[in-house]
Amino acid sequence: MVLPDNDFGRHTTAKLNQILDRHGRNAANLLQILHETQDHFGYITPDAITCLAAQLAIPRARIESVASFYSFLHLKHQGAYRVLFSDNITDRMLGSQALMQQMCQQLWVEPGRVSEDDLVSIATTSCTGMCDQGPALLVNGRAITRLTHQRVQEICHLIRNRTPLADWPADFFHVSDNIRRRGLLLDNQQTPGNALRAGLALGGENTVAAIKQSGLRGRGGAGFPTGLKWEACRNAPGTARYVVCNADEGEPGTFKDRVLLTRQASLAFEGMTLCALAVGAQQGFLYLRGEYRYLLEPLQSVLQQRRNTNLLGKNILGQAGFDFDIEIHLGAGAYICGEESALLESLEGKRGVPRSRPPFPVTHGYLQQPTAVDNVETFCQAALAVQMGAENYRAIGTAKSTGSKLISVSGDCPRPGIYEYPFGVSVREVLQDCGAVNARAVQVSGPSGICVAENEFDRKLGFEDLPTAGAFMVFDDSRDLFEVARNFVHFFAHESCGFCTPCRVGTSMLKQSMDKIAAGHGTRHDLAEIEHLDRVLQTSSHCGLGRSACNPVLHTLKHFRPAYENRLKSLDFEPAFDLDGALARARLMTGRDDTGAHLNAEES
Amino acid sequence: MSKKLRVATTSLAGCFGCHMSLLDIDERLLTLLTLVEFDRSPLTDIKHCGPCDIGIIEGGICNAENVHVLREFRSRCKILIAIGSCAITGGLPAQRNHLDLGDCLTEVYLTEPGLAHGHIPNDPELPLPLDKVHPLHEIVKIDYFIPGCPPSGDAIWKFLTDLIAGKTPKLGHGLIEYD
Amino acid sequence: MTDTQTFQLDGATVPFEPGQTVMQAALAAGQYIPHLCYHPEFKPHGSCKLCTVKANGHTTASCTMPAEAGLNVESNVEEMNSLRRTLVQMLFAEGNHFCPSCEKSGDCKLQALGYDLEVHTAGFRHLYPDRPLDASHPDILLDFNRCILCELCVRASSEVDGKNVFALSGRGIAKHLIVNAESGLLKDTNIALTDKAMQVCPVGVILKKRVGFSVPIGERRYDQRPISAQALDDAPRQSDAGGSCAACEGNP
Repeated sequence: MVLPDNDFGRHTTAKLNQILDRHGRNAANLLQILHETQDHFGYITPDAITCLAAQLAIPRARIESVASFYSFLHLKHQGAYRVLFSDNITDRMLGSQALMQQMCQQLWVEPGRVSEDDLVSIATTSCTGMCDQGPALLVNGRAITRLTHQRVQEICHLIRNRTPLADWPADFFHVSDNIRRRGLLLDNQQTPGNALRAGLALGGENTVAAIKQSGLRGRGGAGFPTGLKWEACRNAPGTARYVVCNADEGEPGTFKDRVLLTRQASLAFEGMTLCALAVGAQQGFLYLRGEYRYLLEPLQSVLQQRRNTNLLGKNILGQAGFDFDIEIHLGAGAYICGEESALLESLEGKRGVPRSRPPFPVTHGYLQQPTAVDNVETFCQAALAVQMGAENYRAIGTAKSTGSKLISVSGDCPRPGIYEYPFGVSVREVLQDCGAVNARAVQVSGPSGICVAENEFDRKLGFEDLPTAGAFMVFDDSRDLFEVARNFVHFFAHESCGFCTPCRVGTSMLKQSMDKIAAGHGTRHDLAEIEHLDRVLQTSSHCGLGRSACNPVLHTLKHFRPAYENRLKSLDFEPAFDLDGALARARLMTGRDDTGAHLNAEES
Repeated sequence: MSKKLRVATTSLAGCFGCHMSLLDIDERLLTLLTLVEFDRSPLTDIKHCGPCDIGIIEGGICNAENVHVLREFRSRCKILIAIGSCAITGGLPAQRNHLDLGDCLTEVYLTEPGLAHGHIPNDPELPLPLDKVHPLHEIVKIDYFIPGCPPSGDAIWKFLTDLIAGKTPKLGHGLIEYD
Repeated sequence: MTDTQTFQLDGATVPFEPGQTVMQAALAAGQYIPHLCYHPEFKPHGSCKLCTVKANGHTTASCTMPAEAGLNVESNVEEMNSLRRTLVQMLFAEGNHFCPSCEKSGDCKLQALGYDLEVHTAGFRHLYPDRPLDASHPDILLDFNRCILCELCVRASSEVDGKNVFALSGRGIAKHLIVNAESGLLKDTNIALTDKAMQVCPVGVILKKRVGFSVPIGERRYDQRPISAQALDDAPRQSDAGGSCAACEGNP
């Protein structure tokens, strides 16, 4: 220990020891330890890192390495109030940029900087999952929705007066569920434990069989058959097995897991417990995205209720030897952790870098042991499938997409929110239900998904046609689809983990090219470069993030090419930057403003 | 080949090392001169570039005059070749890119002893420096690149003879070098 | 020896043992696949993607792809080489690679790959990142400008030296190399000149002071033979039961 032996040093050490004890002094819990360290000290101080490194017997560079990976962890002071505006395209469409500018002006701070009095910093963050009630922001990790100029003014006032967050008006933090259409999942009113009893009656092996029989496929977007996953996990050799619930709902435009965790948390935990029964796991984790930090305590109390009623813990429901419990881990602002192997790395207290596969998590998951990782909605559906019986379940939806799907509708429509449909619903039906008029395009399944244009609105949601994790962002004919794609490209560049060359560099190059076109410097040469980058990203990226980073551009180029071409100069080539602007510094230094001190955009 | 190819060359933010290397093709210069004739070039002292088949530029872009000359070459030359590290990567002059231009000028002309004359030169005859040094391909479209600092006479010879023969120029081991 | 299984690489039959990746089996059999972050002495990492091949029609990094019997691997084809060219260009544009003043020039794997792939320009806009040097250590210089984030030094220091002198910090394009010291300076780490981490940097980041430019131009490693001809020298070769190395050059 190198901390000074004074009150400050002793206080820091004592506090960190409390945090370490709470997490078993286990380096695998590093991310959780860092969360709490930051909650207490405001940021992760060099002293704290030194102390944690010594206590956990890991290199301090590893702590810096992990902390610096996550957007919500800070190695420098970020001000007493850290404001992050959600920067999804839907927030922008609702006016978030003007609101952020207003707040920066009123608080005298530049975006991305900390105010000189260390009071506040204001920046943007990726979609916070409040698209149906945006514009939204996070202040010290707490979500505030439905921003208006009035509300921003009030927030500025509270910040200037250094009002503690606990004393801010409660209605600022109100998050609506906005459930617009219910189906078997949102209608579920079964007593907790019913699905588990059905599972116990079947036994582990037959539960797997029932899930296979139900045709259930993963709701995270990829649609892998859940029964096959559970079976592979059950059969894989290992010393322990794990069940992991992926609640890192980071795909911009998606917020259905937020509502499920609010309304049907017990069902999700029941699905996890059922999975534990099926695969033979004793430990489960729910990885909750940092943006949903406010759900942590409610979820903890649902877990406690389930423990109290013997639905978790030892000898669950009296079944001797059926022991299972669930821990909640909090993410910290890294979209990539929604990728299951990156999520496992993060659960192990590391940087959320996707693993090389094979091996897959079902054989080598958490701590290299067999692990079943499924989405929140998948676990809920699994519980329903066992509860109602495989045959009844597979009667819902379509042949290859059984059951129902929650859709998160946002964008240009009067009734944004959660819609539950049996699989097979058409884009057009959803648009009608949410009241969208003059819709021009729908981004299905978020930036990494598919941009569906008007002539394709009869396409159906389901693994046969339009697979989706749930996002459904509507753009009407007043929207510029180039700007939509550019927002998504910025998102991918921000969220690239940086592990592989093509994604780390390629997403930045793609961003530069889109910005160049947006600034009016684009030429055909740039479109060619974008198409080249797309190919490189698709063929050589390490994971799905890089491979899908070009989707927004590819799809909008396909359907809305004029949105790009109208911006292009007719020239074959233009610099990416303003040449005359590049002389501004020299003009200032020399005081010159003669014609020779300028460069025209073009010369004959 | 009935008509000689017209070639222009210039050095922008470079050191003329690439031009010296061109002269290093030695007696092959005589062969080259049966194939090409020079337009604007330090070898001819022609001040402005006429219509040319090939333009060869060494050096990066560090000031407004460089931009004018580069644009002139691009508009007059069918094929434009960037030669040498500075033209291709910014090279040595680009080592200032992580410094603020204002700080550089202040240090050189105002605060450091030696060159200090009490003011930053502001004669309109002098080209203004850009805030960053750029390789040529960031300003105009470049068709070919001959890397090296400088590329050897042999590399230049191989490249130009491939090009003149209508082949895609390929340098290969020993001729392709970045230093 | 157990039954040898094989796969096809650009038309050649490559034997492999279970557990080997495509890259490991290929190098052992004397077949070169371009690579940068792969090092025969370390667990494959798969981050640079230079070794991307087409395996049964799917592109994948060959250093991490487990070898499978009957696999049809295409590596030395224009589509893959063109991809590799772009990846090399990306690395050159990302960092500050000023070869003429770099003492690793001529012995640099990134540069040598550029030569082999006929990369004449970075093509992309240079990012010119601001990456200050660390000259704090009396015997060792760190020039982060040239870092390509291959993590070989990270792996060497951790796996071989047992020191964890190096780590990566940040995310995405802001990712960068750091050292294990509160000051952030190399002088405050326990690195030693004899560390494995001192030997593995493929580019010119980790340099021993006062020995630069000792080999004259023309005699440096990749002046002599291209990297494709030399990479196999570093790779361990399979030995048959009799101890003779069937794949080695010059073996009777």
